[in-house]
Amino acid sequence: MPALRLANLSKTYRNGVQALKGIDLEVAEGDFFALLGPNGAGKTTAIGIVTSLVNKTAGSVQVFGHDIDRELELAKACIGLVPQEINFNQFENVEDIVVNQAGYYGIPRAEAKRRAAKYLKELHLWEKRDGISRNLSGGMKRRLMIARALVHEPRLLILDEPTAGVDIEIRRSMWRFMRKINLEGTTIILTTHYLEEAENLCRNIAIIDGGRIIENDRMSNVLRKLTVETFVLNLRERLSAPPRIDGYDVRLVDESSLEVDVSRERSINRLFAGLSEQNLHVLSMRNKTNRLEELFMRLVEAKGAPPP
Amino acid sequence: MNRSRGRIRENLIGLYTIVYKEVVRVLRIWIQTIVPPAITMTLYFIIFGNLIGQRIGSMDGFDYMQFIAPGLIMMSIISNSYGNVVSSFFGAKFGKHIEEMLVSPLPNSMIILGHVAGGVARGFIVGLVVTAIALLFTDLDVEHPLVTLSVVLLTAVVFSLGGFINAMFARKFDDVTIVPTFILTPLTYLGGVFYSISLLPEFWQDVSKANPILYMVNAFRYGVLGVSDVNLGTAYAIIVGFVILLFAFSLFLMNRGVGIRD
Repeated sequence: MPALRLANLSKTYRNGVQALKGIDLEVAEGDFFALLGPNGAGKTTAIGIVTSLVNKTAGSVQVFGHDIDRELELAKACIGLVPQEINFNQFENVEDIVVNQAGYYGIPRAEAKRRAAKYLKELHLWEKRDGISRNLSGGMKRRLMIARALVHEPRLLILDEPTAGVDIEIRRSMWRFMRKINLEGTTIILTTHYLEEAENLCRNIAIIDGGRIIENDRMSNVLRKLTVETFVLNLRERLSAPPRIDGYDVRLVDESSLEVDVSRERSINRLFAGLSEQNLHVLSMRNKTNRLEELFMRLVEAKGAPPP
Repeated sequence: MNRSRGRIRENLIGLYTIVYKEVVRVLRIWIQTIVPPAITMTLYFIIFGNLIGQRIGSMDGFDYMQFIAPGLIMMSIISNSYGNVVSSFFGAKFGKHIEEMLVSPLPNSMIILGHVAGGVARGFIVGLVVTAIALLFTDLDVEHPLVTLSVVLLTAVVFSLGGFINAMFARKFDDVTIVPTFILTPLTYLGGVFYSISLLPEFWQDVSKANPILYMVNAFRYGVLGVSDVNLGTAYAIIVGFVILLFAFSLFLMNRGVGIRD
């Protein structure tokens, strides 16, 4: 049974905007799934429908087999949501926010306090438990929303841009935490603007644009579709013009940096050989953009325009 | 069977969580929730009851201070139960933390009941404080305790539900104050708080009887003093009718997601 199944899901807002145009999607139990798309693509609308914050116009949603039209409460009990925007009471204290959320899921207060302590400790917020949530830093607020979403121990955790505005150190510790809970059996759906995050964490991916799913496959298969990668090479030597190497488009970025497009069919060894023949020494090399980012841009540019 | 019993228990825990949160909120911001009505009502007792009341003399066989005390208590219960729910629920909408409840399996009926219970709790607390203040100025012997308590409870429920509906429709803070200012306050003042409608010409007596607050104030006055301008049975029927009607409407709005779901 899939963790989430969307069938022909559509949403037209009252102002006439068609945010979703009949999407079909299946997320397997235990998966770490990336749902990507540019701003306004329909990701948050889709998540809103799954979590009952947005009314759907048509289609169906099943969470672990529970249809939200027939078994809404059972479906809701399976989901934990970390929304994009801060949505806790900023005047409440940290522990109360988590304990009260457990209460809404029917967890007795003593057990709710035990679980709140567990997740606040795991997310390094225990020291702040008595503080007013408004005074937390941006990263702490995000972690508080994760603790709140986990307190009823959901089978499906939906994270809508959980690391937005979070510094790299905290982001990486959040990645470790997400990996851990996924390995413990929680299915995770992640939307993010940091495509490196999706590439590192997720096994499967769907790209949504203009209210339609334009790509849905294993991450490795999707990345395989990337036919050209652009590399930036830093050289020991200083150049005034780019070197000519057969079969490669080499551009001079500055006097000691080159940008090279390398297609998947070509070996990168030939590029290095060509540079060596000209007595150029490569000190370091990196991808110009994240691979997924590159692919994402190409897909959105190629297929994103809505049909007439 | 076990599953449904478990579900009922979970719902009751959810309900308790909202009520607990609401009561804690009322007590945490007591300077905004309890002190202002205490000050306002003290002024009413001093000005209307003590200074002006001495010149008015008796009304329905009671000195004026005694006559207006139940009305003033009821007035504070009405405005505070309404004000509590409208501000709490609209605040939750505005700050988006209403989503904490909406994503949970808690049924809409429990969300309504939890907020209503919060409004009733504030109404009771403020009602007790105002009663204590009234006792500084006059003697009050409760003639019919059960009537007194049941009318307070039902009236607080009616106005808590009113506040809930107001909050569901409200889109900005101004919308929260329109109903109390333009509807609730005039109806309360014209609802027999300060006078017996027997003083009015017959036409205005009939007009006054279209005001539901008149029945609540008078039913409460009957409970405390044993006198009323209206029939007690009619008063109960009207109050219970409003409870049923407003609860059904609140549930309809929640199920439709009016003002809370796109």
